[in-house]
Amino acid sequence: MMIHLAMATGFLLILIGFYGALSNRNLLRMIVAFTIADSGVNLVIVAIGYMPGRTAPILDATVKAGDAAARVIDPVPQALVLTAIVIGVGVTALMLAYAYKLYEKKRSLDIAKFTELRG
Amino acid sequence: MSLLLTAMTLVLCIAMIVAAFVAILGKSLPIAILAAGLVSLVASVLFVILASPDVAMTEAAIGSGLSTFLFFFVLGRVRGGERDGEDEPGSEHG
Amino acid sequence: MVKRLLALLLLAAIGGIFTTLVLGYMPDAELNNTARYYADHTAADIGSANLVTAIVITYRGLDTLGEVTVLFLAAAILGLVLARGRRQVQARRELTPVGELLTTGSRVLVPLIMLLGVYVFVNGHLTPGGGFQGGAVIASGVLLLLLTDPLRQFAHTLIAAVESLAGVFYVAIGLMGLFLAGGFLDNRFLPIGTLGALFSAGAIPIIYTLIGLKVGAEFSVMLSDLSDTEAL
Repeated sequence: MMIHLAMATGFLLILIGFYGALSNRNLLRMIVAFTIADSGVNLVIVAIGYMPGRTAPILDATVKAGDAAARVIDPVPQALVLTAIVIGVGVTALMLAYAYKLYEKKRSLDIAKFTELRG
Repeated sequence: MSLLLTAMTLVLCIAMIVAAFVAILGKSLPIAILAAGLVSLVASVLFVILASPDVAMTEAAIGSGLSTFLFFFVLGRVRGGERDGEDEPGSEHG
Repeated sequence: MVKRLLALLLLAAIGGIFTTLVLGYMPDAELNNTARYYADHTAADIGSANLVTAIVITYRGLDTLGEVTVLFLAAAILGLVLARGRRQVQARRELTPVGELLTTGSRVLVPLIMLLGVYVFVNGHLTPGGGFQGGAVIASGVLLLLLTDPLRQFAHTLIAAVESLAGVFYVAIGLMGLFLAGGFLDNRFLPIGTLGALFSAGAIPIIYTLIGLKVGAEFSVMLSDLSDTEAL
């Protein structure tokens, strides 16, 4: 139940992010929408790794090394999401830098004003 | 216990979706950026419930902390462009 | 209007796919083979209490090296793109002085934040956290310094030196694993020690410390690059 709830929220966030990126014309707001879609993707992947009734993949006094396979959740999706978040902020920073440069050129953040590449 | 966790998940999910809609549809850009940061912050709480403390720490420190500040640095530089594409007459937006 | 309709149509299609995915999803009752291998063998092979750290640093260490490289590239491109926007900083901005609270508060808080960052990445193999989280915490300390004094000139050469030295040592440790142990980035050329001790898990604490320094330096460069730009 919890998994489906989290997963549905993640997918919904992806859709909201896409909608925001498609329907807004302000560059900064499009980047905000992309970060929201990013959070949604991360949420979906983490939800896939979760298993009901198990704990975090960290061995300690209560989760012994011997019975770890029966007690912990899947650590692989977490490692993937760890990477995804860090890369995500790098990509966001790049998009912001380009948005700044475009603003420097045109004094505007409206993508409708950037017509050089229009056929 | 499980019921409590499910209820918490439900509340957090609703909060995330509301914050996401504020970020996409709200009129003011600073509030949109803060709302996007809020989505990340609530997501990190949800990651703790989903038994992923590593991911939760990363999301809280990087996704919600640093990237919000990156946005505000740029927003502070382009203050004039804040309203672009929002209140233009005859645009098909909105 | 047509555009808007097309966008909504596209979203409806994607939403349909997502709905079938959610409704058809059944969580596994058992770990799959890969995860089971990691859960069974990490304690004996790697000696790291945190399975995620074991995967990130050792089993998939090459991915992490690539990830750090991507982050470095992002920081470098950011610097390149914004380079022309960075001119004489002192001349142009008259800033309102920041408050007493921020100045004094940052003097108290910055050392503590840095200490927390170091704690997080040194303990990456025992507790949740690690190089990326610790690096981000350190960068937020730098951010506090930037907020206190936006005109502050950071020692860019120092940050660059930390960043590149950490990268070089990271690759060097990977090569030591290749020659002294089983393969590139193998952590077992140092003793594995007892599970749960600070000095255990072979080279993992060292690698995560290097990653923490590198990531912290990269995020700091990104923040100070973006904050050095000119207000338009």
